[in-house]
Amino acid sequence: MSNLAVLPIIIPLIAGIILAFFPKWLTLVRILSKIFIIGNLAVVSFAAWLVFNQGSIILETGDWAAPYGIIIVADQLSILLVLTTNVVAAACAFYAPHSLSDRKEKYYFYTFFFMLISGVSGAFLTGDIFNMFVFFEVLLMASYGLIVLGGDKVQLRESMKYVFINLFSSMLFVTAVGFLYGAVGTVNMAQIAQRVQEVDQQGILTTVGILLFFVFAVKAALFPLYYWMPKSYAVPNPVISALFGALLTKVGIYAIIRIFSLIFVHKIELTHEAFIWISGLSMIFGVLGALSTNNIKLIIAYNIIPAIGFILMGIAVFNQDGVSGSIYYLIHDMLIKASLFLLAGTIAYAAGSSDLRKFSGLIHYYPFLGWMLFVSGFVLAGIPPFSGFIGKVLLLRGALAAEEIAIVIIALLSSLLILYSIMKIFIRGFWGEKDESFQPKSIKGRTVPVVVLLALSVFLGIGAEFIYPSIESISKYLLNPAEYINAVMEG
Amino acid sequence: MEFIISILAGVLFATAIYNLLQKQFLRLVIGSVLLSHGAHLFLLTMGELKRGNPPILTEGVSDYADPLPQALILTSIVISFGITSLLLVLAYRTAEENNTDNMEQLRGNENE
Repeated sequence: MSNLAVLPIIIPLIAGIILAFFPKWLTLVRILSKIFIIGNLAVVSFAAWLVFNQGSIILETGDWAAPYGIIIVADQLSILLVLTTNVVAAACAFYAPHSLSDRKEKYYFYTFFFMLISGVSGAFLTGDIFNMFVFFEVLLMASYGLIVLGGDKVQLRESMKYVFINLFSSMLFVTAVGFLYGAVGTVNMAQIAQRVQEVDQQGILTTVGILLFFVFAVKAALFPLYYWMPKSYAVPNPVISALFGALLTKVGIYAIIRIFSLIFVHKIELTHEAFIWISGLSMIFGVLGALSTNNIKLIIAYNIIPAIGFILMGIAVFNQDGVSGSIYYLIHDMLIKASLFLLAGTIAYAAGSSDLRKFSGLIHYYPFLGWMLFVSGFVLAGIPPFSGFIGKVLLLRGALAAEEIAIVIIALLSSLLILYSIMKIFIRGFWGEKDESFQPKSIKGRTVPVVVLLALSVFLGIGAEFIYPSIESISKYLLNPAEYINAVMEG
Repeated sequence: MEFIISILAGVLFATAIYNLLQKQFLRLVIGSVLLSHGAHLFLLTMGELKRGNPPILTEGVSDYADPLPQALILTSIVISFGITSLLLVLAYRTAEENNTDNMEQLRGNENE
């Protein structure tokens, strides 16, 4: 039964390889990709059901006992994130044929797509820090393929920066793993967590912790390391932006959650105080970026930064409410960012431009699209009863309990500005003068995936009663690392 | 021995950073290659440098070399090799499309 833990990595990998053989047969590739992603979603749902009812599934690969071999740990947090990943991916797979040109689809879009899913799931599931680096590289390689897909001038320009910054942080990751191996003599996360308590020189561990935080902060696009992110996420096709925005930065923040709740818990005053300020600054600068531009894709891309700030804030206060809020917000943000990027892509396609100064009055032609954007703005900013609200209430309650008043004020103000940045798209693009000469295009197939994602994120808010107990048990589990260590070392 | 290798890794890192701060694409690629070399060398040093026996369990041998850093380095080398070759192609294409191999001139305006 423990083999179930590796299936979310293996299925997309095999799917990607199979689809690489006949990229030109588009009809077949499209059907197969949908079958694979739905199949994977079903497997992951089953695994999630098992994990939530019977406890973590732990796979010792090749039957090497825990500290020696690579282990795959499907605990509640990772399986929940893998499930969300697959939901987002399924929506993107259904949106892709409407948005990508045939040429782009033929150039191995689906192969890269499945490799990306495989890498993201692997990074969530692995229990070995070097293996996490390998899965980071798998997903980054796939993302390099996706970001240059089509090879436009502007895409190539942004991908250069993207590749270099990620390469740099990956090499630092290897170095940090080297340090960690030198200090504790293992790369198994549970065993590291065990041995960290016994190391004499705690100073070196703090250094390694900060180094790893730097690495993950680059990937997660936190202040001040976000400068590469907005443009490089805004230039590719909307499907690819949605995948990147929903998954890639979240892998970085997941790694921060995992590492700083499991391994580096010995010097909380120092690291977590820094996190508070970094999260506050991320909120401020991210939202200022979103307000500074008229490009709808860039507005959405900039909105990733404050979201990551919110998630980090929960880790920084490190109490029950804070961590629950972080996890809630993480799930919420994956869904809503994917749907916002897809919406922005649909709007840009319908209006013929992504520049807000070039279109207005779209509500006359696309009323449904307009109201979807309106609702998703509310969901993102956290207007009750939507999911952003529940996450933020938990986060703010955690911050108040930790007596961090400054961050609470920053968080509330930046939420207002986030709402304004989305409403700006609505007011400028959908209200205003009706353009009589405008020729509406059909956006039929494009709305369905967005509606599904939006419905799920609305459910995440309205059904909070139903979902919250699971989130609470995850945060209890995270705050008590002994449970993870025991499960891995003795399982 | 560890001391010398550590310094060598440090020198490699410094050279790599210097090259990464340049504007020309090829220099950036060289910088990234040197950076990965530095990281790999460092990883090797962390597992202790010694003349041990091969890490195969046989009787009467107690002085084993640590196999883990070697495995890690091998994995990491393959990855950085792949990325370097991708980077070279990407740099070539970018230079061709944008008619420049200078990062400074690659800025461009926002709403293209």
